[in-house]
Amino acid sequence: MNPKLTETEALPVAIRKAGRHVSQTEGLIFEKSAPGKRGMELPPLDVPAVSAETALGRDFARGAIEGFPEVSEIEVIRHFTRLSTWNYAIDLGMYPLGSCTMKYNPRVNEYVSRLDGLASAHPWQPAEVAQGCLRIIHDLQKCLLAITGMDAATLQPAAGAQGELTGLLMIRAYLQSQGNPRKKVLIPDSSHGTNPASVVIAGYEVQNIRSNARGQIDTDHLREFAAGDVAALMVTNPSTLGVFEERIAEIAEILHERGALLYMDGANMNALAGITRPGDFGVDVMHLNLHKTFSTPHGGGGPGAGPVMVKKILEPFLPAPIVVQKDDGKFALDFNRPKSVGRVRAFCGNFGVLLRALAYTLAYGPGIRQATEDAVLNANYIRRRLEDAFDLPYDLPSLHEVVFSDARQKRNGVNTMDIAKRLIDYGFHPYTTAFPLIVPGAMMIEPTESESKEECDLFIEAMHSIASEAETNPEIFKTAPHSTRVGRLDEVAAARKPVLRWKP
Amino acid sequence: MRYLPKSPSERQEMLAAIGADNIEELFQTIPGKFRLREKLPLPGPLSEMEIIDYFKDRASETARDYTSFLGAGVYQHLRSVVTEAIVQRGEFLTSYTPYQAEISQGTLTAIFEFQTLMAQLTGQEVANASMYDGSTALTEAVLMAQRITGRDKVLVARTVHPEYRQVLATYAKNLGLEIEEINYAASGHLDRDALSPEKIAASAAVVVQSPNFFGVLEHIPALADSAHSSGALLVTTIAEAVSLGIVRPPIEADIVAMEGQSFGVAPSYGGPFVGVIATRDKFVRQMPGRLAGQTTDAAGQRGFVLTLATREQHIRREKATSNICTNEALFALVATVHLCLLGKEGLREMALQNIAKAQFALAELAKIPGVRRTFSGRFFNEFVVEFPRSVKLINSALLREKIIGPLAVGMHYPELSKRGLLCVTETMPRREIERLVAAIRRILETPV
Amino acid sequence: MYPADYRYTEEHEWIKVDSGVGTVGITDYAQNELGDVVFVELPKVGAQLKTGQSFGTVESVKAVSEIFSPVSGEVLEINSLLVDSPEKINSDPHGAAWLVKVKLADPREIDPLMDAAAYQKFTAEKAQEHSA
Repeated sequence: MNPKLTETEALPVAIRKAGRHVSQTEGLIFEKSAPGKRGMELPPLDVPAVSAETALGRDFARGAIEGFPEVSEIEVIRHFTRLSTWNYAIDLGMYPLGSCTMKYNPRVNEYVSRLDGLASAHPWQPAEVAQGCLRIIHDLQKCLLAITGMDAATLQPAAGAQGELTGLLMIRAYLQSQGNPRKKVLIPDSSHGTNPASVVIAGYEVQNIRSNARGQIDTDHLREFAAGDVAALMVTNPSTLGVFEERIAEIAEILHERGALLYMDGANMNALAGITRPGDFGVDVMHLNLHKTFSTPHGGGGPGAGPVMVKKILEPFLPAPIVVQKDDGKFALDFNRPKSVGRVRAFCGNFGVLLRALAYTLAYGPGIRQATEDAVLNANYIRRRLEDAFDLPYDLPSLHEVVFSDARQKRNGVNTMDIAKRLIDYGFHPYTTAFPLIVPGAMMIEPTESESKEECDLFIEAMHSIASEAETNPEIFKTAPHSTRVGRLDEVAAARKPVLRWKP
Repeated sequence: MRYLPKSPSERQEMLAAIGADNIEELFQTIPGKFRLREKLPLPGPLSEMEIIDYFKDRASETARDYTSFLGAGVYQHLRSVVTEAIVQRGEFLTSYTPYQAEISQGTLTAIFEFQTLMAQLTGQEVANASMYDGSTALTEAVLMAQRITGRDKVLVARTVHPEYRQVLATYAKNLGLEIEEINYAASGHLDRDALSPEKIAASAAVVVQSPNFFGVLEHIPALADSAHSSGALLVTTIAEAVSLGIVRPPIEADIVAMEGQSFGVAPSYGGPFVGVIATRDKFVRQMPGRLAGQTTDAAGQRGFVLTLATREQHIRREKATSNICTNEALFALVATVHLCLLGKEGLREMALQNIAKAQFALAELAKIPGVRRTFSGRFFNEFVVEFPRSVKLINSALLREKIIGPLAVGMHYPELSKRGLLCVTETMPRREIERLVAAIRRILETPV
Repeated sequence: MYPADYRYTEEHEWIKVDSGVGTVGITDYAQNELGDVVFVELPKVGAQLKTGQSFGTVESVKAVSEIFSPVSGEVLEINSLLVDSPEKINSDPHGAAWLVKVKLADPREIDPLMDAAAYQKFTAEKAQEHSA
């Protein structure tokens, strides 16, 4: 707790969502280590023992691993359990993080991913004893194609960013087959950072195009730039402002007229599933983030999966292998793909993530539309209830997320980062700060369908209280959060003199 | 629907607060011609029990209760249920990337521990918070070498995992990076004679795997010397991470790219796994991916934060060291917990058991007439064996006995027909090794 | 505030010329915009700089700023103090935290650059833009 404020000053007046709680202190596991302690015993060896020197020779044998931990099982359980209690998580409450789609991670997904036969499957076991795995991939593929309205898919990419790269590689291969791969990819200034980064790895140049006054893609600017040199436009739809690109059909047409392609970053698919299909409004290739729309757990930063869905023209270029169903109904991996862009990840992608996404999709079935409706309902409800307190830079209808700005609070010296840190004291994880770049002082809020009206109301109440604190008590923000185990951490020192590992 | 926490009346209340008559109104910005009139043709909805039944059916259509001798980049090792108990805690499972450090100290502390363990294991100075897997970690390591040296060529041993090389080739194509493959010698090692100083002088890096795809341990110090004396880096990749429990780590390498799946991560038909990149301090700003760093708060308490973020895409965009955003954090946690449980002695013991079992299996197999080991280099838990008959045929017969036999190496190395890559870990009971040997003996005695 | 004998660019670099050698740094305005500096990336001695081209970066925790050369010429010296103490850019941007010393290829390249008064006016206008 911040030592400068008194107990009453530090705690907000009207707080219902969170209270104080004692949590255990814990050092690093290395600090508990002592020779002779073991956390796991192995069954005894049932074959003759061999010494390392005999088997490997002195050149290859290793001595003891210096500094490696030696602790007991109970210490491991306590250590990590204590650590876990320092984390916020979806299981505890809302993450209003825009563009992250922090929805409930269904537990049955965890259960089925661990079934013997699935968890133990080796990617190179013969197809005849891998039918269950191949069918899971095939069935998910079918579902994703139905949801997106596309023609073919690869489930190999390990994350959205990798999906973007894969899509761009296929665009290049397709255009190459047409005679000219072209040089540039158009990126809106509101895009996620992975977009331009992926463009560069695909060997293209980034050409930024601006958003118009409505925060949408400027179609005049697009026409100007979509000259012969442009391979594609990467669009996020709805945009990172949470607004549907109303001229998406026109955008697709402008590109297609010039032989260029439309890539859609599917990060915001949570606004569209069951309502509309990207394949219908002109998208040629897109990726999905299974760890967003499809509920697979974030786990502190990953894993994810970034399947790529394409129209028929791009199908020959999919990464190999693809999962096919043969005439006898059996599933197989088809490696015979001469035009494939190659492989982007070893084996069959993040199978365990694919499995969880399929479990999620099966739970909803055709009713997936309801999840999308609730997500959009929640976002609009929060927007309506906060419009009086926060500046809304783009007054356009929101779908599943809304972007406010800190313009009003800034007049008192309180910015989006400060508000975010103060929100922590109210028991919430912050919203997405300072993104998209086109909104200075952005506050991007996406509740998802997993939030009850109660949780939404608590969030709204917290934000109102914070808005009033910005008027009456702005100093309190600079040292927030006050209620956490550690206060604001010195990121400058961490970057100037990086300490990236423990040393004895 | 059980995942949606709203009653119909609450929905009505909320619509009223918004001033909308129905939910349709909120989708008006989507042009009418694109709005679906009917529900999507998807299977379901299924109850929890039905979902479990569906996946149980799928599980029954796989190799349950089979004994597998496959390795080749994915390894069966003992795992403790303690790891599961921790990793399934909602605070770890359902938490987000730790950008808001004050409420993510659990994740950040664990990442810091992971980085430390990976550095200790690989003998390098610094490791990051994870990459997708070994194949992409290797690719990113090579791209790092390209950036560091400014050279656009790389020499890659043919004994690097075939799929790792495929991924590298996919990325290299558009980055002006030329890949030259260096063949292997009769011993199974990289052929050092094929590595001329002229070639190395034009290259950003020499890339080897150890233990390599054939299971053979490469001579890292000598390779590092060759690379360094011509101004190139040595990039080493490790697919079987448990080997580091007993095999000398590649301390002379400049960048190590590892697959951490062996540290408590289930094979799961190929993923999710956990890639590792470890390197020298001087290259840290060229590293891709996230890094957790130690610091203090205003009261002087130790805490951890994501740091050196200016390398990453969300700040540097097109000039980032990589496009990676989401990594394999949860599986880095699995590896961390697993290694803490095993500890210094446990990991060493596990590695020694691998060696013992593999040596035993080889000795028994070599007693079968016509069966012998192909390469002579030292190995850890995998080795290539030559059979008098096609491996495919032998494996078909083995499969009928619920044994998944060695990988037919000829699939990836056409010059190595009738060779199988066999992996034996600490999980393989002696009687199963004996059963394999007896079965092979019987199969070979049967006329074709 | 801004040394009278320095010249300034619109990208917020300063240059002080002495006998054909220019000392280059970034201005107080720039360091203030950036926040706490954590790292500086500089070219090697002997590198050839071109007017208007990026020759390095200055990093804070959350942002990276490129530094653009006000002149063309060869890098004679780089400020090694900034390796261990990048924070000097915040505390002494016009003095101890100079970045590079360049041998001017053409002394006339200084002429179009702003003088202290012009730069002071320029930054005042910029500050107004931001608060608007």
